[in-house]
Amino acid sequence: MIRPEADTLLEIVDLQARVEDKPILKGVNLTIKAGEIHAVMGRNGSGKSTLSKVLAGHPSYVVTGGRVLYRGANLLDLEPEQRARLGLFLGFQYPVEIPGVSNLEFLRVSTNARRSEKGEEELDTFAFEDLVRERLQVVQMDPAFLERSVNEGFSGGEKKRNEILQMALLDPLVAILDETDSGLDIDALRIVAGGVNHLASPDNATLLITHYQRLLDVITPDYVHVMAGGRILRTGGKELALELEDRGYDWVDQELAVLEVA
Amino acid sequence: MVAAMSNSAAVAASAWVTTFLERLPAPVGELEAVQWRGREALSRQPLPSRRQEDWRFTDLAALTALAPALAPALAPASEQGRWPEPAAGVVRLWLDAPGDPLAGQSLPAGLSLLDADEVQQALGHTLATCNCEQHWPVELNQASAPRVLALRVSAVVAPTLELVSQAAGDGVMRPVRVLLLLEEKASLEVLQVQLGSGSSLTSLVIEAHLGRESTLRHGLLALGEGPACFLGHLAVEQEPRSLLESVWASHGWALSRFEPRVVQVDGEATTSLKALQLADGQQLADTHSRVEFRGPEGQLDQLHKAIADDRGRSVFNGAVKVPRAAQRTNASQLSRNLLISNQARIDTKPELEIVADDVRCAHGATVSRLQTDELFYLQSRGLSAAVAAGLLKRGFCEEVLRALPAAAAPWRPLQRLLGEI
Repeated sequence: MIRPEADTLLEIVDLQARVEDKPILKGVNLTIKAGEIHAVMGRNGSGKSTLSKVLAGHPSYVVTGGRVLYRGANLLDLEPEQRARLGLFLGFQYPVEIPGVSNLEFLRVSTNARRSEKGEEELDTFAFEDLVRERLQVVQMDPAFLERSVNEGFSGGEKKRNEILQMALLDPLVAILDETDSGLDIDALRIVAGGVNHLASPDNATLLITHYQRLLDVITPDYVHVMAGGRILRTGGKELALELEDRGYDWVDQELAVLEVA
Repeated sequence: MVAAMSNSAAVAASAWVTTFLERLPAPVGELEAVQWRGREALSRQPLPSRRQEDWRFTDLAALTALAPALAPALAPASEQGRWPEPAAGVVRLWLDAPGDPLAGQSLPAGLSLLDADEVQQALGHTLATCNCEQHWPVELNQASAPRVLALRVSAVVAPTLELVSQAAGDGVMRPVRVLLLLEEKASLEVLQVQLGSGSSLTSLVIEAHLGRESTLRHGLLALGEGPACFLGHLAVEQEPRSLLESVWASHGWALSRFEPRVVQVDGEATTSLKALQLADGQQLADTHSRVEFRGPEGQLDQLHKAIADDRGRSVFNGAVKVPRAAQRTNASQLSRNLLISNQARIDTKPELEIVADDVRCAHGATVSRLQTDELFYLQSRGLSAAVAAGLLKRGFCEEVLRALPAAAAPWRPLQRLLGEI
């Protein structure tokens, strides 16, 4: 939903970053307002996932230039947990398995961290169980998964549902979903996408990072950005995704080559 | 191999033992002969040396810094409300009580005390089978233990037996000796809680004989603080089709060394050993285990976990002996270690001696730090780095702690081990 008068939630200006000694992001510009759904598409290695990790504060990535404003404040000054508490959410492409740590306990601790930042009361075990059982329905998840260790032994689809469940509990303002569609069969994709659609509101925004058009068949983006060589090369509406589907990425490579020569 | 110690070290070791022996009361009571024997052994063999392979990584400085004298008997500290109430279905025995630890309590059905003749006959038998009756920590216990809790298990015992002992205060030594004889098809679950504080020394020797098709579930929660030291020895001989499940967890001792020794006398038995040891500050936590199969078709499942933080040091040596007679043995040993700080140290050493050719023996050892990706995942959900690290440590511990007898729950082992209470 594009509304010119909506608040700007995230403003990325000329963002550059490297991992080890390798520059990955080479000047990303992107502005996201409340109510909007953005999709970033691109080949493997174009910098899409790096962008999501830099925004969430992964320690292996070093920002070498540019700035990121989150609701007007400098995001890059904040620790990853502060970013999360303030409402930035990253749905992982490969959610980490944590043996021995109960999923329910983890969800409760993280939900309470976010709630106390919002000035809401922390939930005790019983109140939280009520909340989590209600939110489970968003992703049609079996409550049995709450009793297991975080993501341990979950299938690819179950892990992604668990990510969206976390999103449903944390109530983020900006949700970045990194390849949430990868490894999902069509039914799981519908469920996950249904969850994302359900959670989208005029007050929050979603940034989808994806390879494929198929996710965008079920979640309609307001903007589609094509990333290549660590930059956003082109921005358009949802028809840009269809064009990519139709023509492939070769023309992107050609445009990038021209740009890099220049 | 016993190599000569350097002169000054030998003199110091000898002086420590001499002082220790001088402070012991004259041998007396049902264990008088054993006490004489232990004292003679100690005077011949003052202290283990780090030149002995078995003690190479075990610095005894924390032990020799103590000047322990035998602790007086104590009224149960639980009466002072310092301990949790035992869980339902648990019979608690306070081993440090004056006189008979069973006073005022009746033993559950299937359990009975051995009489003096039976003790005489049985005591030391399993130690001899396990070839450790001359082992230094055992002799230290024999030299000093004033009595033994000797129990016959003749049936399936429904309640869990909880044995609690405490060494509290400076210069205190608390030797504890337990003997368990499990008859055919008998079954017993035991939780031992050993608490140590001040510059005290706890010495524990447990002998257990597992008859055919018997089951012993043994949990040991050893919690120390400050300069307190712990030396524990568990010797078990298993007849065919018996089951031993041993779980131990320790933290907080300046020096702790635990030595499970298991012999499957004719194979065909099942042994499960699970351990968790934490070392931080300047602590040294050491486990030396040995499992020997003297017959075919024995099973071993061993998991040893350790966390070393600050300048703490963890040592694990896991010997498994599979001689020719032990065909079709199925053994696995896994040592998993978490190294939290740069100054901490982990030494882990599997020691597999396999002569039989038709066996499955798997072993593995890992030493890792907290994983960046796991920490980041938790942080990205709003957990501070410290809370995230704590959660990962808890997860690491949980795998062993959940195997402790249910009777351990009121002690809140996780919180105690992590120093949260």
